[in-house]
Amino acid sequence: MEFFLVTTLNSLSYGLLLFMLSSGLTLIFSMMGVLNFAHASFYMLGAYFAYQTSTYLGFWPALVIAPLAVAFLGALTERYGLRTVHRYGHVAELLFTFGLAYIIEEFVHLLWGRAPVEYKIPEILDFSAFSIFSTQYPAYRVFMMLMSVGMLACLYLVLTRTRIGLIIQASLTHPEMVEALGHNVPSVFMTVFAGGAALAGLAGVIGGNAFVTEPGMAASVGTIVFVVVVFGGMGSLAGAFIASLIIGAVQTFSVAFDYSLATLLTGLGVQLNTESAWYELWKVTIAQAAPVLPYILMVLMLIVRPKGLMGTREG
Amino acid sequence: MTPILHWKRLALWSGAAALMIVLPLVFSQSFAISMMSQMGIAIMFALSYNMLLGQTGMLSFGHAVYFGLGAFFSAHALNMIGAGTLGLPVTLLPLIGGAAGLAFGVIFGYVTTKHSGTPFAMISLGIAEMVAACSLMFPSFFGGEGGISTNRVVGEAVMGIDYSSAREVYYLIAGWCFVCMIAMFALTQTPLGRMANAVRDNAERARFVGYNPTRVRYMMLMLSSFFAGIAGGLAVVNYELVTSESVGVVTSGNVLLMAFIGGVGHFFGPIIGAILVTFMQSALSNYTLAWLLYFGLFFLVMILFAPGGIASLVTLHKHAWHAGQMKRLVAPYIAAGASGFVLLLGLIGVVEMTYQVETKKEQAGTLMNLFGFAFDASTAQPWIVAIATMAAGSLLLWGASRLVRAGWHDVTVAINAQRGA
Amino acid sequence: MSMKISRTAIAGAVALLALAGSVQAADGTLKIAYLEGLSGPFANVGEVGLRHLQFAADKVNARGGVLGQKIEVVPFDTKTSPQEAQLVFKQLVDQGIRYMMQGNGSAVAIALTEALAKHNSRSPDKTVLYMNYGAVDPSLTNDRCNFYHFRFDADVDMKMHALTSYMAAQKDMKKVYLINQDYAFGQSVAKAGRAMLAKKRPDVQIVGDDLHPLGKVKDFAPYIAKIKASGADAVVSGNWGNDIALLIKAAKENGITANFYTYYAGGLGTPPVIGEAGVGHLKQVTVFHSNIGGSKTAEEVAAYRKRFPDSKDDFYWTSIMTAVDMLTRSIEASKSTDPTKVAFAMEKMKADQLTGEVYMRPENHQLVQPIFVSTFSKANGKDVKFDVERTGFGFKTDARIEAKDTVLPTTCKFQRPKV
Repeated sequence: MEFFLVTTLNSLSYGLLLFMLSSGLTLIFSMMGVLNFAHASFYMLGAYFAYQTSTYLGFWPALVIAPLAVAFLGALTERYGLRTVHRYGHVAELLFTFGLAYIIEEFVHLLWGRAPVEYKIPEILDFSAFSIFSTQYPAYRVFMMLMSVGMLACLYLVLTRTRIGLIIQASLTHPEMVEALGHNVPSVFMTVFAGGAALAGLAGVIGGNAFVTEPGMAASVGTIVFVVVVFGGMGSLAGAFIASLIIGAVQTFSVAFDYSLATLLTGLGVQLNTESAWYELWKVTIAQAAPVLPYILMVLMLIVRPKGLMGTREG
Repeated sequence: MTPILHWKRLALWSGAAALMIVLPLVFSQSFAISMMSQMGIAIMFALSYNMLLGQTGMLSFGHAVYFGLGAFFSAHALNMIGAGTLGLPVTLLPLIGGAAGLAFGVIFGYVTTKHSGTPFAMISLGIAEMVAACSLMFPSFFGGEGGISTNRVVGEAVMGIDYSSAREVYYLIAGWCFVCMIAMFALTQTPLGRMANAVRDNAERARFVGYNPTRVRYMMLMLSSFFAGIAGGLAVVNYELVTSESVGVVTSGNVLLMAFIGGVGHFFGPIIGAILVTFMQSALSNYTLAWLLYFGLFFLVMILFAPGGIASLVTLHKHAWHAGQMKRLVAPYIAAGASGFVLLLGLIGVVEMTYQVETKKEQAGTLMNLFGFAFDASTAQPWIVAIATMAAGSLLLWGASRLVRAGWHDVTVAINAQRGA
Repeated sequence: MSMKISRTAIAGAVALLALAGSVQAADGTLKIAYLEGLSGPFANVGEVGLRHLQFAADKVNARGGVLGQKIEVVPFDTKTSPQEAQLVFKQLVDQGIRYMMQGNGSAVAIALTEALAKHNSRSPDKTVLYMNYGAVDPSLTNDRCNFYHFRFDADVDMKMHALTSYMAAQKDMKKVYLINQDYAFGQSVAKAGRAMLAKKRPDVQIVGDDLHPLGKVKDFAPYIAKIKASGADAVVSGNWGNDIALLIKAAKENGITANFYTYYAGGLGTPPVIGEAGVGHLKQVTVFHSNIGGSKTAEEVAAYRKRFPDSKDDFYWTSIMTAVDMLTRSIEASKSTDPTKVAFAMEKMKADQLTGEVYMRPENHQLVQPIFVSTFSKANGKDVKFDVERTGFGFKTDARIEAKDTVLPTTCKFQRPKV
């Protein structure tokens, strides 16, 4: 019971962080058709900016400044990079973000070095919020969850209650129609790209100190965020939300299962030992495969339902 | 359409063959020979990749899966040849790699080619991640961290060739490379190759004329993984080692860069890309620690200003050349080249000084030597000079680019006038 | 557009010319090639080793070099890739360099020994000697051993042997949990740990044996929840880099009090991330740490900090010091810089180092040296005199396992070259 409760909370907090990252990506992906390979790099920049700001001004100003700085960079990227390559098609756009991710990592190496930086949890949040039986639950995780939920609420309000939100929503599903109606789609694109980058930056601010702020952090979340977006489906924020929670839960809970094909086969009466053919394959436990499970899920989803969980259109 | 055995084409191919034969006699250091062997492998791999991206319009993030698995199977086969349980001359080993690549192409391709566009790209990425993860989890097949190492000098020497010297290996690779190049080129001329182009350009229409796009994609993927597997097999002969790195996403990304930088729209594009990228990765890193940065910047500049790759630049000028209009471009190009050179000098100065201060300071100090000038990177003066050079270069290049544009405008007008006349 | 073509053409021509001019044998200096990833994500680790090698070479040069020759360190970038390393190896052979050093990553080390073995047998008059200062795969001095390969760090099994001997003495230890990265190194740590604990403390229960993919886990909280649920009071882990830092941080957050026995808690960049979270219950097994005591150790640590004041790393790789020291002694003893003769001298070498007397084992060319188990603690100016990476935390010795007690049987049978 204790294990189950703690793991549920862990999976929620991880899933919500994934959602912070993937919400921006899904907006960008759905509107512009670009899978932004540099999205995770914006997450990393958010963490580094927050680290730098917090050494001068403390954590709370960083929480505001860092995402804004990332948004600014995002706007520049869209205006002077993506817009230029847009006419060459999606592959060129995608490769542009691919190259950008490369360069951002190299700049981070230069500016902050290759080792992790000491970006710490603010002291005011560094205590255990409550205990579940004998396990302490850290306050910072609670803070992370509150931030994600707060962000979700804001995003929802912006998308449903403001004019720009309505245009964005329309562009998600019918981009050509929106343009035909005379809206300035390029400027909407820039806003969305900057906004998406800001969300990634915010995730970096609160994720960077919970985990590690280092140059490899972009690569370590990069592909998993794609999985979430593709799994959730194009054009659907709700899909991204559900996919984040599912993938968070899958990764967290599967750690607990020490079952493998060998367990199953032995249960069925098949004798296995180290000499058996494919022994290593039978022996892989679900726990061992936990971090690869999202990819398997994604591939299965795309085979069964290429639109993704709640997607409205394909590709 | 050029006939298949047109004399120009024959001359081009014979020239390529002659160049491949002569090169190791000119550059005979073992490092140069290994680099050329590496280029040969990269060319095959990049060409096989372009069968997907350039010819069929399938963006794959997991092509290294076929290359790497081909390599692993070849390595095991080579070890079996060494142990005497398999009778096969080493010269034909790449066929094992090709067969393995093909087999996995049949399996994975069945799943992936049902889709095109972004879903295809994402599934290929997912499969690549799975295979990469598996390669570390199953050490008995993939050899764990150390990979599978082999010895290519096994069996009887055939006509005195036992592949003990790097030059023999180079010629093996060059031979296979040449044959595969011809085979892949020939493929572009077949109905299948043409249909692949049709599927790339408009899958609906391809279906309309009676071809199933899924089948065409599947066929192309299988063939492409066959050639990727051959490249993997040759990599085993060359390195006598294969590690999990070769199925990894970095290898997949690399081949994508090669094809794109060279130009996916032309058959010979990936060849240029493979040579250039291999050269930059192997040789540039000997001269500067900042090579990753230069490489990234180069890639971005290519995408922003020449998304068709180097090949498209070449063909662009072919028209002007044939129309006899190149002379209009000479002056603007000299201006652009010179100003670009100034910009590059400034940029290299800034980057190298940054690296010196950031990473090498403590071993070597901030005193450094660049372009024959010795200076101290901790003082302001060299920075001012470098930044000023960069600024001047940018301004000049901006001016020169207007000249180039004007020059091209004249050329287009002239060509149109010729056609009209 | 033409600018780009001309740029690459110039770069190409320049580089090829430089290549053509680079083939010459070394005169007057003894060149040691240093092969590590010097660009890309692990460049900082490569640079630390380079600083150590420079530090060691400076010392030799300050007293006039070896046989009148100064040592020159020639760095090569392997990009931490086995294939690249093989290519780099060809380059150093082209340049006539006869000594090389490498230590980060067993994959690279294995590729290099293979290339080395082939090269040395194919060209016996141009042999190269390989000093391995940190690649710890046991096979390098067992079934893959090579006469020209010398290892100056203790391998996985030797360290596990030392670690489990220490653990076996902890009477209150009842339940042990193993968590490792799912690749060759992590798997061999898990296997050795399980086997040796079962032998030394049959009463101890192994309550978990987890393998997780290398460098892919972002959130270790679920693993910690599992460890907590298993009731383990000791955790053994070969994790390195972020995989160990995140594990320890997550353990702290969830209030786990078990002892963590690790290989690389003191690895570069890890202590600053762990910080307070590791104090008192995080242990490591190494062949050296700054607080092993002795005035000479203190001098070296201080001298290193003085030589490299801006970098935050510390004197760590005694194996590099020992390697350079043994190399110069072997050259002096054999009165030759020919690697084959030097190798014959080196395999009989005994030397006094900071940790005491160490010697090269002739059967497999593995250095035999004391191994230390130490605990992450607050620096206090007494038994924790030096902190690591300026964090205010350092390691305190719990146990010293003497050199003679670290020797394990070997399967190595190499061919010695005929002289």
